[in-house]
Amino acid sequence: MANPNGVGASVRRLEDPRFLTGRGNYTDDFKRPNMTHLVHVRSPYPHALVKGIDASAALAAPGVVAVLTGADMEADKVGSLPCGWQIHSKDGSPMKEPGHFPLARGRVRYVGDAVAVVIAETKDQARDAAELVVVDYEELPAVTASTRAVTAEAPQVHDEAPGNLCYDWHLGDKAAVDAAFAQAAHVATIDLVNNRLVPNAMEPRAALGEYDPSNGEYTLTTTSQNPHVIRLLMGAFVLGIPEHKLRVVAPDVGGGFGSKIFHYGEEAVVTWAAKKIGRPVKWTADRSESFLTDAHGRDHVSHAEMAMDQDGHFLALRVSTLANLGAYLSTFAPSIPTYLYATLLAGQYKTPAIYAEVKAVFTNTAPVDAYRGAGRPEACYLIERLVDIAAGVAGLDRAEIRRRNFVPASAMPYQTPVALQYDSGDFAKNLDIALPLVDYDGFAARKAASKAKGKLRGIGFSTYIEACGIAPSNVAGALGARAGLYECAEVRFHPTGSVTVFTGSHSHGQGHETTFAQLVAERFGVPIENVEIVHGDTSKIPFGMGTYGSRSLAVGGSALVKAMDKVERKAKKIAAHMLEAAETDIEVKDGRFTVAGTDKSLGIGDIALQAYVPHNFPLDELEPGLDEQAFYDPKNFTYPNGCHVCEVEIDPETGVTQVVAFSAVDDFGNVINPLIVEGQVHGGIVQGIGQALLENCVYDDESGQLLTGSFMDYCMPRADDVPSFTVRYHEDQPCTHNPLGVKGCGEAGTIGASAATMNAVVDALSAFGVTHLDMPATPEKVWRAIQNATPALAAE
Amino acid sequence: MYAFTYQRPSTLADAVAAAQAEDAKLLGGGQTLLPTLKQRLAQPSALVDLSGVAEMKGINAVDGGLEVGAFTRHSEVAHSDLVKATIPALASLAEGIGDRQVRNMGTLGGSIANADPSADYPSAVVALKATVTTDRRTIAGDDFFTGMFETALEPGEIVKSVRFSTPDKAAYAKFRNPASRYAIVGVFVAKYGAEVRVAVTGAAGSVFRVPAFEAALEANFAAEALNGLSVSADDLNADLHASADYRAHLVTVMAKRAVEAAG
Ligand SMILES: Cc1cc2nc3c(=O)[nH]c(=O)nc-3n(C[C@H](O)[C@H](O)[C@H](O)COP(=O)(O)OP(=O)(O)OC[C@H]3O[C@@H](n4cnc5c(N)ncnc54)[C@H](O)[C@@H]3O)c2cc1C
Repeated sequence: MANPNGVGASVRRLEDPRFLTGRGNYTDDFKRPNMTHLVHVRSPYPHALVKGIDASAALAAPGVVAVLTGADMEADKVGSLPCGWQIHSKDGSPMKEPGHFPLARGRVRYVGDAVAVVIAETKDQARDAAELVVVDYEELPAVTASTRAVTAEAPQVHDEAPGNLCYDWHLGDKAAVDAAFAQAAHVATIDLVNNRLVPNAMEPRAALGEYDPSNGEYTLTTTSQNPHVIRLLMGAFVLGIPEHKLRVVAPDVGGGFGSKIFHYGEEAVVTWAAKKIGRPVKWTADRSESFLTDAHGRDHVSHAEMAMDQDGHFLALRVSTLANLGAYLSTFAPSIPTYLYATLLAGQYKTPAIYAEVKAVFTNTAPVDAYRGAGRPEACYLIERLVDIAAGVAGLDRAEIRRRNFVPASAMPYQTPVALQYDSGDFAKNLDIALPLVDYDGFAARKAASKAKGKLRGIGFSTYIEACGIAPSNVAGALGARAGLYECAEVRFHPTGSVTVFTGSHSHGQGHETTFAQLVAERFGVPIENVEIVHGDTSKIPFGMGTYGSRSLAVGGSALVKAMDKVERKAKKIAAHMLEAAETDIEVKDGRFTVAGTDKSLGIGDIALQAYVPHNFPLDELEPGLDEQAFYDPKNFTYPNGCHVCEVEIDPETGVTQVVAFSAVDDFGNVINPLIVEGQVHGGIVQGIGQALLENCVYDDESGQLLTGSFMDYCMPRADDVPSFTVRYHEDQPCTHNPLGVKGCGEAGTIGASAATMNAVVDALSAFGVTHLDMPATPEKVWRAIQNATPALAAE
Repeated sequence: MYAFTYQRPSTLADAVAAAQAEDAKLLGGGQTLLPTLKQRLAQPSALVDLSGVAEMKGINAVDGGLEVGAFTRHSEVAHSDLVKATIPALASLAEGIGDRQVRNMGTLGGSIANADPSADYPSAVVALKATVTTDRRTIAGDDFFTGMFETALEPGEIVKSVRFSTPDKAAYAKFRNPASRYAIVGVFVAKYGAEVRVAVTGAAGSVFRVPAFEAALEANFAAEALNGLSVSADDLNADLHASADYRAHLVTVMAKRAVEAAG
């Protein structure tokens, strides 16, 4: 490695001293002269008509500046929050897209739906006054469970969506699947629930709106994963502000996990209100508000069947899923249970025919959208659970049935029956590394040792694949995306040789300021501390689609490479001029530009200086400056994949499950910073284990209330809930279509871990005849499964 | 939080006087009261912070037991050499409360005055034959807890200290709520000569004893003695985390584990 802080080095995160010493700058840290504070009045009912709002007492309260409602927004012609993805139903009709207003207009549809805002001099004054706003509600019947929402007698969430149906979509070849099932020797089936989750980023959402009447410019500072997308959606669709008059800043953001991708009503409210009252307006969610109003994740109910031949080869997969979208369509909601879910149902297997149907429904719950993994964990969980059941039906070892059905590395690129084309991957190799790593052969002995202590032991696999690096714009467009999904980067060399990179990717915990700087340090041989990565400000960065779907390095990093290519081409021209050589004779290595076959050479620093001091430039051929910009639109998705293995021990007396070992063998393509990759995998696995054993977002279907509205009831995983992880990766299968050969690692842990964990739990309980348990496998659920076991089995 | 006045008296007498104010609230470690205030679920006119009252602090050996000041933090009980030497089960109970931050702030007096059905200390107060001393009287531990979030304390009455009797053997076994870490079921077993006390917290509206378990253990202080015994699920709590049936089952399991741990 030429540069100690270059590609492949475990550079400690350059941003961490700032975060760890409390010097991060988060949206709530921003204070402006004359700033006001905004608090929402939110619906306590899951479904109600708003018959009137009496703000007189609130307006008279100390410090109150304004009370604003949906009617005020309507009068100002504020639009509906747009949806970024359109799905068409089987019959060709477009999905139902009911209005989704920042402040409700006449009807509220979930507990937490915003009805009015109170703006005051201090936050406490705003809170006090918010309690004085009298809203006249007429309660309506509500429904929170997707399974009840589709019944004939269910309350209707939106008049324009009969039967609460947003769309009824499908993918794949139904006839081929039916034919395969007709000939199957074995069929494995499963009914499962993918439990609803609350993202719980450490930093709650916040937004600060400002308006400058001197030039008509608005500034929104917000907790976003993609400020340009917010500028486009809010500017063009909600508030009607042209881009050149709207600046969106996403400063340090304390975690997103998807929940900060979307354009939320609060962002529009503070921006609009700032102009209306002529003062800056800040809103910061409290934790209870986050529970109620951050877009939730998952919430699927599925039935799936796998047809097999005599030897356990998969012949066809049939899946039908009911997806809960919540009360309104969040920005990317429709795409999650469709193109980010059903397209992944092939998994790592060469199943020749697949057919998936997805019904998406509205309910009186918070909107559901992308949450770490977004659709892919749901797909992986379903396939990997089903494969375990298939192993039981076919009488095969669970590692063997996987191996038997893997798409072989030799088949790459491999076209799946559900739209995607995998570019690379050696799934058998992942398993080959994993089995000795976890001492699979020694499992029986470990199980016996556990049994001697009165414990049940189980082991579970998850051989997952995901589609990341979202996404080729042409493909996304064909599938209903209303945006392109490229990325932009600008590389600016300064006269004295330091570099500023402007990236459209956004870091909210991923460590871009380090990884991206490593790419520049490596390419140009500059010290890493001379590279600054700027992100999260539409006034600085040319454009950007932001960070989600493990796309930053694969797409944003590739844009950076393209921009660096341009810088190098330009630098080469300058070097040729300075060294009085032909451009074709200049060789470039580690930031040195050398005339081939000579010792005449220049460093990038000398070239940068000349670029800005062009005293003798042939100006017709050579422009001054060294500052280049590039857009990169990916050619395909990337396909990170791997094999996760979980081992659990269950206390049959209490039902408590303990994860005793967890190993992950991943193929992320090339790895730029192993330390950061490992950190991403660790966090992801914890979230996956969290879903499997602890986390569950529960609404009471009768009252429509969120029962898990705080950490007293919503169980976030803690460090002592998980063991030390064994994490390995290999770099033998780089991505074939992006310049870095990277695939992405941000979501892998979450995608693989829930299935591996649940497969281990069910394995531990298999002696009791248990073949499936829905997540989370809480102690009581596990204990009941044991109690309900057939007495003969239980006696064993 | 609504606005309130704040006082920090340095004597018990001053604290009692300050607590007379209408809608005044005593502030212990604040681990229950402050979240309640932040969520605007209570609106006291005044907070009387007990952290400055010296008479309410400290852990002392007394004849037949330990006297623990009401304003003793959970972490102090957990780490006290005196408690560990005298009633190790009490130290281990304190060590299992909530998380480190909660233990560093929460107090014994606040915990028992609050009488949360899933708090740990009530089981110790009952099992360890405690007496509760207040600014005005002494209350037997058996009579202190009167219901869910209810105690024998009068309005404005301040818990000064709690005296625990040293048992021959004792242990506390807790099945914690994975989210909040409060007790879903906690069973404190203590043996005094021929007498055995079994106090259960978390399972019902308030801490309760299990006479059938006590009798069985008095006959044979061993986990097997509880085989086949259980409490009725009828009056037990049921919530998202545990049904009444499951709690009833856990009472036996935790009681056995406590007996095993007591040795
Ligand atoms: C996240 C979390 C987890 C927790 N987990 C557990 C757990 O596992 N087990 C457990 O037992 N507890 C748990 N608790 C509660 C904790 O133990 C608190 O210490 C306890 O609830 C109250 O004690 P406090 O000193 O904080 O009292 P405060 O919150 O200050 O007061 C509570 C009530 O007691 C009154 N009060 C306080 N001191 C006195 C006094 N000396 N005399 C009379 N009245 C008084 C107050 O007026 C108030 O009404 C948890 C709390 C939190 C926040």
